[in-house]
Amino acid sequence: VLHSQIASIEKQATTATGCPLLIRCKNFQVIHLVIPQERDCHDVYISLIRLARPVKYEELYCFSFNPKLDKEEREQGWKLVDLNEEYNRMGVPNNYWQISDVNRDYGVCDSYPTEVYVPKSATAHIIVGSSKFRSRRRFPALSYYCKGNNASICRSSQPLSGFSARCLEDEQMLQAIRKANPGSDFIYVVDTRPKLNAMANRAAGKGYENEDNYSNIKFQFIGIENIHVMRNSLQKMLEVCELKSPSMSDFLWGLENSGWLKHIKAIMDAGIFIAKAVAEEGVSVLVHCSDGWDRTAQVCSVASLLLDPYYRTMKGFMVLIEKDWVSFGHKFNHRYGNLDGDPKEISPVIDQFIECVWQLMEQFPCAFEFNERFLIHIQHHIYSCQFGNFLCNSQKERRELKIKERTYSLWAHLWKNRADYLNPLYRSDHSQTQGTLHPQIAPCNFLYKFWSGMYNRFEKGLHPRQSVTDYLMAVKEETQQLEEELEVLQERLANLQKSQSGNNKVKSKQQDQNKQFGLYTSNNSLANTPQEYSNDLKSFPSRSPSQGDEDSALILTQDNLKSSDPDLSANSDQESGVEDLSCRSPSGGGCLPSEDSGKDSDEAVFLAG
Amino acid sequence: MEFSELIKTATVEDVLLSRPGLPAVRGTLCITSHHLLLSSCPRGDLELWLLIRNVDAVEKRVQNLGWYQPPRTGGSLRDTRVSGSSGTITLRCKDLKVLQLEIPGMEECLNVASSIEALSSVDSVMMMYPFFYRPPSLRLQQGWHLCPPERHFQQVASQTSQWRLSTVNRDFSACPSYPPAVIVPAAVGDDTVAKAARFRQGGRFPVLSYFHPKNGTALLRSSQPLTGPNRRRCREDEKLLGTILAEGERGFVIDTRSAQAARQARMSGGGTEPKSSYPQWRRLHRALERGRPLQESFAKLVEACGEPAPSMERWLGRLDGSRWLSHVKAALSTACLAAQCLDREGCSVLVHGAEGTDTTLLVTALAQLILDPACRTLEGFQGLLEREWIELSRQFPFSLEFGEQLLLTLFDNAYASAYGTFLCNNERERSLCKVKESTHSLWAWLNQPEEKQKYLNPLYSHNPLVIWPSVEPQSIQLWQGFFLRWIRPSQHLDEAWVEIRRLVEGNSSSIKEGNSSSIKEGNSSSTKESTGKRLSQSLPEPPAGTENDAEAWTAGTR
Repeated sequence: VLHSQIASIEKQATTATGCPLLIRCKNFQVIHLVIPQERDCHDVYISLIRLARPVKYEELYCFSFNPKLDKEEREQGWKLVDLNEEYNRMGVPNNYWQISDVNRDYGVCDSYPTEVYVPKSATAHIIVGSSKFRSRRRFPALSYYCKGNNASICRSSQPLSGFSARCLEDEQMLQAIRKANPGSDFIYVVDTRPKLNAMANRAAGKGYENEDNYSNIKFQFIGIENIHVMRNSLQKMLEVCELKSPSMSDFLWGLENSGWLKHIKAIMDAGIFIAKAVAEEGVSVLVHCSDGWDRTAQVCSVASLLLDPYYRTMKGFMVLIEKDWVSFGHKFNHRYGNLDGDPKEISPVIDQFIECVWQLMEQFPCAFEFNERFLIHIQHHIYSCQFGNFLCNSQKERRELKIKERTYSLWAHLWKNRADYLNPLYRSDHSQTQGTLHPQIAPCNFLYKFWSGMYNRFEKGLHPRQSVTDYLMAVKEETQQLEEELEVLQERLANLQKSQSGNNKVKSKQQDQNKQFGLYTSNNSLANTPQEYSNDLKSFPSRSPSQGDEDSALILTQDNLKSSDPDLSANSDQESGVEDLSCRSPSGGGCLPSEDSGKDSDEAVFLAG
Repeated sequence: MEFSELIKTATVEDVLLSRPGLPAVRGTLCITSHHLLLSSCPRGDLELWLLIRNVDAVEKRVQNLGWYQPPRTGGSLRDTRVSGSSGTITLRCKDLKVLQLEIPGMEECLNVASSIEALSSVDSVMMMYPFFYRPPSLRLQQGWHLCPPERHFQQVASQTSQWRLSTVNRDFSACPSYPPAVIVPAAVGDDTVAKAARFRQGGRFPVLSYFHPKNGTALLRSSQPLTGPNRRRCREDEKLLGTILAEGERGFVIDTRSAQAARQARMSGGGTEPKSSYPQWRRLHRALERGRPLQESFAKLVEACGEPAPSMERWLGRLDGSRWLSHVKAALSTACLAAQCLDREGCSVLVHGAEGTDTTLLVTALAQLILDPACRTLEGFQGLLEREWIELSRQFPFSLEFGEQLLLTLFDNAYASAYGTFLCNNERERSLCKVKESTHSLWAWLNQPEEKQKYLNPLYSHNPLVIWPSVEPQSIQLWQGFFLRWIRPSQHLDEAWVEIRRLVEGNSSSIKEGNSSSIKEGNSSSTKESTGKRLSQSLPEPPAGTENDAEAWTAGTR
């Protein structure tokens, strides 16, 4: 377990067997250690406390992580996702939008990227003026441009309007955004906060746009709660996940009480609203919250994902995170506690976005090029600090640290192993991969489901025993290979008709093919073997049946199920006799978060059982 | 009784049909003895073909616009004169569909409503649609006797001589609700069995439900013993159960009532097996809900699903409040317990509640599905009926040969059907009504090749192992395909299945092609039909029940 994954360490009361340590990880793994000697336990505890909370960036794993790539390969890796290319793909710069160098040395806004796209009619004077009227000087900038109808999604922070303040340049800025979409005579301004929160901000000289001061805006509140509410909500939901043998009611009641799915739905609703405005009404939208780096990032990226099929491809999804999260100064370091800091800054903001994507994948199984594993591994690496992508709080800080020269890019790593992250049901010519996605709006609460693949990720006993994704990927690959084989054989057949000499070679080919079938079938049989029940059964005869209802523990106590992630445990399998499982098994192949670090450092010693 | 007496109005013009998620249609409504039809006027296409038996509740609302007082301002005298009466009928169907019919004319509306009410509640079995339905592609008597006890017994007999087929019930005298032939321990005679039957409620004496070939253990079911307040005993019943266990062997009685409920049952003549009289049997109580509370739970969930737009909190709260998933979890856990006792502990198990007809069957059937790969084939499953099984198919997507569609079809047919398979409550009633002679079997219909295709799981590959499901709440989900069938559009999910089918079939066809060209080349490998078969043939049989199984799993795929 990487130190950076450790969220909390708890020393529990000493028992006869030793001193228990409870370690909760940011990727939702929970580890119970029992250390025989009290003194050792204390030492481990003190060491981990210190190691889990580095104070300098240089202490983070990515600065020592070395996947044995040369300099050129590393540089290539960082070039995989290129935002300039992305804006070109969207269709800007064009007649309405241009790149502005007003922030070239972070002089206007230090949490923005150097290159921002703004309406052509927005002069440097307007931008700077507007930035002074916005929290942290985060002025309205382009997030997504819809080539088809010129509608756009822009983002900013809240205006410093207080009860009555105005700013001519800011008003001109919004006007410029409207003009950049000649087909529409107004824009939506979406404040993603609950109205009450926004009003409270007015008292502090911040707040929201007054419709009377801005010409042709339609103002809209969408109540997404703040980072503190979200942090507590996740906490409550994880408590439910950790319950030992909960009843159905404990679980459902706890899930409801945590409010987690309600928050997920709020984010989705906001994204759906914006996507509709852009795609169906052809109206541009300006999105903000308070600082415009949490809820705004969530909502802009959900809307983009709904609007543009490109973001539903593997590469496009990387681009989306790079664009809406990394480049626009989402505070990764503060939100995910990479360095020791204020615990009140920590909040699962991007986790919620990732879950929104999963919820969409459940509703549109053919729409995404990538699978659930891709999302889980991205979540893992946002916390792992193994790659440099998510370090720091802004582009400025990352440049100062020379991240690209000193660390590796996660995207290159995921791209290299992309075969493990493919959704077999994705087909680029399928109707679900075309155009805008229209999730159901009402009634739809039942569509939002608890994601046990993420939050109970390490309790393997809870998950489907057989993976449809892996099976279908294998089938797909096999089909492809057979078709290739068929071609070869037909070619050979043609040759044979000329001469009679090719027999032996054909035979050996056929054997190869059979071997390959054996490979994934035994994979399949593995998935069906009974699992931890055997542990339960050892205790079975010793229990008296008259204990009645307490016997329910016989079936699956969660204790018995809490094993470490098989993903992370050794992959060789003695029983199946298949020597080369890992080349097929998606859990092999170096795709594991942190597996690649195995050889390089003791930080990646796995818990094997 | 004639159907024509029940049909007060046979056709009504200009009826507006509305269904959630579909555009409203106007057309002519027609009531026949078993169906409600609606055809839209211009094209005459049938928009609705509803088996009236499927109607669960009829709600009617009539308004006589003649009584309607128009607002004084703006309303002219004419408005009141144009008025006529009309009515709205809401039909709530047993498959959870909800239909609304707007019918012009109050009288017509009331007539239609009362005709539907009368036709949907005809209680004579012989008047039901299966006795009239004659599909051209099927012959009568086809598909009955698919899995008679005799055939089941042959399978058992090939493994052991511990059991025999008894005809003690050939005239339904021992137990009116059992079939004529049942499997009982070979060591007890029919006299003993008959006497034991008198000691069990409704005569449902312990019979073999499933024989587990791996270790020779047996799953039995019965009804409760009639111990009563005086703790009556029955030597024959004790003997029957006693012979199943060898000296020193242990068995488990899984009582699907709480210990308290079982004790209380003594007051009304029932009870449970006391340890003193059945020393080798240990009792486990697992309270499973049934009857009215279960039905109410179901109704509550259906209501919650149909609610227009509850907030997120209320949805989870109402899902919890219905308790439905708790019942599913309890049933699945109990079945796992039974399967565990058999497979892992090597102990025989007797399951019963009170009557031994509801929860008992649920547990024994689910346990077989977990234990016995044969039950997970379309053919094998045709003996087992309940709707909760979807849970298993979700966790083991390759191990069940049939898919969700089969379960939906079975559910629909259990409540309202053109086929006779689910008529009556037991074999005796069925033979009295000549169900097998005069109606068609649903199985015959389903087993026609082109029909069958719809119900097969494209991912199926034979899995010889016991499938142990997780019964944690995180693993138990609402069966959306059923409860939300008429509420949420399923287009995107259906497309996914089409895609899966395409992938798997694309694969098997290339294998065919590939192999046939090899044959042309004189290669000796034989053509195999499909990937599924290929998979099953090359599946290694792992040593069952060893500790290695558990270890092997940790290296499994996710």
